[in-house]
Amino acid sequence: MTTVSEHAPNPAAGDPSRPIGFGRIQRKEDPRFVRGRGNYVDDIVLPGMLHGAILRAPVAHARLLSIDASEALAHPKVVAVITGKDLEALNLAWAPTLSADVQAVLVTDKVRFQGQEVAFVVAEDRYAARDALELINVDYEFLPPVIDARKALDDGAPVIRDDLPGRTDNHIFDWEAGDAAETDAIFASADVVVAQELVYPRVHPAPMETCGAVADYDTVDGRLTLYETTQAPHAHRTLYAMVAGIPEHKIRVVSPDIGGGFGNKVGIYPGYILAVVGSIVTGKPVKWVEDRSENLMSTSFARDYIMQGEIAATKEGRILALRTNVLADHGAFNATAQPTKNPAGFFHIFTGSYDLAAAHCKVTGVYTNKAPGGVAYACSFRVTEAVYLVERMVDILARKLEMDPAELRLKNFIKPEQFPYANKTGWVYDSGNYEPAMRLSMEMAGYDELRREQKEKRERGELMGIGISFFTETVGAGPRKHFDIVGLGMADGAELRIHPTGKAVVRISVQSQGQGHETTFAQIVAEELGIPPEDIDVVHGDTDQTPFGLGTYGSRSTPVSGGAVAMVSRKVRDKARFIAAAMLETRAEDLEWEKGRWFVKGDPSAGKTISEIALGAHGTLTLPDGVDGNLDAEVTYDPPNLTFPFGAYICVVDIDPGTGHVKVRRFIAVDDCGTRINPMIIEGQVHGGLTDGVGMALMEMISFDEDGNCLSGSFMDYLIPTAMEVPDWETGFTVTPSPHHPIGAKGIGESATVGSPPAVVNAIVDALAPYGVTHMDMPCTPARVWEAMQGRTRPPV
Amino acid sequence: MQIPASFDYDRATDVAHAIALLQRHGPETRVVAGGHSLLPMMKLRLARPERLIDINDLRELDFIRRDGTMLRVGALVRHTALLESAEVAQLFPIIRDAEQVIADPVVRNRGTIGGSLCQADPAEDLSTVCDVLAAVAIIRGPGGERSLPMAQFHRGPYETAVAPDELLCEIHFPIHPLSSSAYEKVERRTGDWAVTAAGATVTLSEDGSIADAAVGLTAVGLDGVVAGIAELLRGRPPGEELFAEAGLLAAAAARPIEDQRGPVDYKRHLADELTRRVLRRACARAAQTRAQKG
Amino acid sequence: MRMNGGEVTRDVEPRVLLVHYIRDVLGLTGTHWGCDTSNCGTCVVLMDGEPVKSCTVLAAMAAGHDIRTVEGLANGATLDPVQQGFMEEHGLQCGFCTPGMMLTARALLDRNPDPDDAEIRQAISGQICRCTGYATIVRSVKWAAKNPLGTDSGTGAAEPGDTPATEDVKA
Repeated sequence: MTTVSEHAPNPAAGDPSRPIGFGRIQRKEDPRFVRGRGNYVDDIVLPGMLHGAILRAPVAHARLLSIDASEALAHPKVVAVITGKDLEALNLAWAPTLSADVQAVLVTDKVRFQGQEVAFVVAEDRYAARDALELINVDYEFLPPVIDARKALDDGAPVIRDDLPGRTDNHIFDWEAGDAAETDAIFASADVVVAQELVYPRVHPAPMETCGAVADYDTVDGRLTLYETTQAPHAHRTLYAMVAGIPEHKIRVVSPDIGGGFGNKVGIYPGYILAVVGSIVTGKPVKWVEDRSENLMSTSFARDYIMQGEIAATKEGRILALRTNVLADHGAFNATAQPTKNPAGFFHIFTGSYDLAAAHCKVTGVYTNKAPGGVAYACSFRVTEAVYLVERMVDILARKLEMDPAELRLKNFIKPEQFPYANKTGWVYDSGNYEPAMRLSMEMAGYDELRREQKEKRERGELMGIGISFFTETVGAGPRKHFDIVGLGMADGAELRIHPTGKAVVRISVQSQGQGHETTFAQIVAEELGIPPEDIDVVHGDTDQTPFGLGTYGSRSTPVSGGAVAMVSRKVRDKARFIAAAMLETRAEDLEWEKGRWFVKGDPSAGKTISEIALGAHGTLTLPDGVDGNLDAEVTYDPPNLTFPFGAYICVVDIDPGTGHVKVRRFIAVDDCGTRINPMIIEGQVHGGLTDGVGMALMEMISFDEDGNCLSGSFMDYLIPTAMEVPDWETGFTVTPSPHHPIGAKGIGESATVGSPPAVVNAIVDALAPYGVTHMDMPCTPARVWEAMQGRTRPPV
Repeated sequence: MQIPASFDYDRATDVAHAIALLQRHGPETRVVAGGHSLLPMMKLRLARPERLIDINDLRELDFIRRDGTMLRVGALVRHTALLESAEVAQLFPIIRDAEQVIADPVVRNRGTIGGSLCQADPAEDLSTVCDVLAAVAIIRGPGGERSLPMAQFHRGPYETAVAPDELLCEIHFPIHPLSSSAYEKVERRTGDWAVTAAGATVTLSEDGSIADAAVGLTAVGLDGVVAGIAELLRGRPPGEELFAEAGLLAAAAARPIEDQRGPVDYKRHLADELTRRVLRRACARAAQTRAQKG
Repeated sequence: MRMNGGEVTRDVEPRVLLVHYIRDVLGLTGTHWGCDTSNCGTCVVLMDGEPVKSCTVLAAMAAGHDIRTVEGLANGATLDPVQQGFMEEHGLQCGFCTPGMMLTARALLDRNPDPDDAEIRQAISGQICRCTGYATIVRSVKWAAKNPLGTDSGTGAAEPGDTPATEDVKA
């Protein structure tokens, strides 16, 4: 395999003049994990802890008539049963969502999706809590559900949100970006226009650890400690303070080790709130951990976009414009976790990597009787949908023009000299250099040779496909003047303390779910200050221990918190200069920095290391005016812009013509995430995302029957790739640093999830070209591929 | 996490003990071996037995033994043991083909052939394999032992002829020289239940023509083997046209239903396609066996 | 049953799943669970040396058997080569599937000291990893195969008391 990804050690390793900063080093978090010493939410056991379980609605739409919990309460191990009525009395039956809507914590009036929370049992052990669910009798009056988003706005469609005053339909929002008139004018005169409906099915992040919480409310001092599977502990704390009326300083949210997040653990779920209520009611700690069915049926799904795409071009293959109308299924409550001003997330980056004359998108959000959510699964706030749209449309255009899809892309890329590039929907791309990445991926793939092989195979009736995707991400939200979530600016804090012996602790506001923050952020400090990463502790995931910030999602940790950590390190370095000057009895401006050390210009032997300066700061030295006796600093970093990672992906598939079974034979991924902090971790992030992409393209989907029963409520039916379905990834990279980020890094967490699905689908459609197939929707299961071969492509249900 | 409802538990020490326990505790008692079919159903509370009889200590049911013209397989033989047995692979490659695609290696370490057959899931691969190989189930109960051919063992989805106080103890596979077999499954993903699968066994004559054959289908609503296959193939030399005829017969016999794994016509198409494939492979293997013997 | 080499005895309800026995009764939380249907393999432990899904085994069924969990992989301060391999080759991210993956890898290497990629992928095909995309897990297992004695430095920053917790749970 031509794996260009570096396995080489840090170039600085072994060079004493350049202590290790960036480069491939082992992860600091691994020793505890390989010993089974991680500390996940379900591992937490507190004295006297009780266990909660949620009774969930068996149907999608029904009026709640009555709940009889007397039998459950009579169970000898049951301590409490909480219903919607109980919450109403506490004014907690409804909670605000992250999208200016409300969501029922427990049903009071009406069930709005299958799996919705109806009652909460608190018992002495988890087995008793489960048993007691069967002892609660609920009467429902069944109502017709709205399952198909296309029918949500029909006249006479059942109104799902009759809880909202004056609501007479299922419409949530209309939102648009770009210039419709300008775009329409270009379409009207273009040589070639191609249209295609693209359905991005509902999928689920399904981290291996489900969601859960342990709430511990101290009735004496009114203090709540909440251990939660959350990607955003600070934002959660603020929202709990707003919702539950517990003063914010009395709330401590701890996000311990998290078994994967992928956006599933951004929102506040009823289960978390119920654990808190359970603890307040019983005066004891209460643990609630959902099972897998609850996770798949009730927590944040992703995608569910029906997109009408149109692309306009000249007959020579110059792409002119792109437009789309999107129907967005948001489920029963608008609970998407995204910036307030962006109800469709960052979908309007759908112009992709191309220099267009015009573009316009319109997104309409609707309610349906399905679980709420919508922004999750490593989507970079809906860049997944955007990239899928543009990369499928470009491929469809290439077919129409009978052009090679690589050639068409190369012809239309934004040129390096056009950066910073303002696209037609309001983004300013900070940097990019697309052609080298595209060329590298083609070289690694042996693109021309693959096309030759494909031609030969086609002549023999064999089905082989080559699919390309070239994506541009927009991540690292974001500048506070543009982005907030429920009014909280999307900035992140960092605090750095250098202990007297030169060891350090850096406290960050983002939180790892496996991304390796304890390593990466130590490496940033190491690079900036010359302290070895092993001497730097990274503290995260505990609101009592860390500065405020919005958390880890949308690939924002490195672009935002990484910037904060670099800046706080520089602040320490600047302060160290004054202290070093005092120690060396010289002026600060006479000192020069080399990694790890301030020294006198022209006299390298006269210098002080960070470690020496730290001791000096805490010692008896007389410090200059205005410099206090420590080597600590704190910052809140407000990024000036988002970052725009990009990549070129090539997928090779073989399809069994007799069964429709797709085998992903090869996948070549060239990523550019700017400055690379730890190549090993970057490669790992890419690998994981590529697997997500293969999963979505081939098998993952949350589906429903027409009554609204979720058909994908377990891992028997919500299929995730195993080691057998994915190839040995071939990764490569280019480096185009972000011009505005302190260290030039752009973020990598979601690039591959965003970029890979269209590569796989493009490859499958390419393989099926002999059958006249120009498009098929995901998931490309054997049955659906076979149907496409019979000329019967149909949207997934 | 999902948790089963309460039940009582006994560990049987031998077959007689297991049968005595079944007899004593009545029809709400279930036998558990690997547990990979039963326990998930119990966790979902779709199955709620009052008592489980654990037969994992019944080493007397854990054997693979050739006995004249028969291969005897104990009901407690784990899938992994079947997959790894050289003798099974040589005599009945269909079993190895199937075992490679039954669930996953970790599940196969626990699941047993007896458990699979008694669960009688319509998508169960080994049921098809046993049908095709004309296996015989040896069942013991309070009244002694009885043998049932597969056609009588299966009573429809999730139903077998094993009475509540009986225990499936062995499966007998008749050995035919100059025979071979094959199995192929289409699945949405490794470890998934079959969209459709097919198994075939073929016995060749000395002259290379087909002396006998059987084809079975998995997950398409067919009980037992495809009728008329033996009649169609007997006496004719193996070949693509013949396999195609057999495929059409299999497709016509299939009674699939539409579900998340695919529509009816796709599954019927697979019955056809996979029948041709397994016959092709079984014939090639049988020819190889014949060449080695010759 | 024997748990990581030590005898443990507890009276439990017949319905207690082995995974809950290990986690909740014995307090060995290195074994995780991720589904209810024996699909994800997060709960894999070794039973008499073979990987099994402990969410689909009753604790009572494991009585008299030898169970090994991730806490029993290292020999005191010295990590098993599989553990070292996972650290060397970035075979883990969130760490949730990792104990099960490592135990399956250990069982594989015990039977087949030099597996190829396909054999490794097959062996772990009943276990889902949502983070790594599997390639680095394959590399990790191959690292362990190439370094059957591990490396001296591969102690993974062992802490005092990091020996298997069987002492705590001896009845």
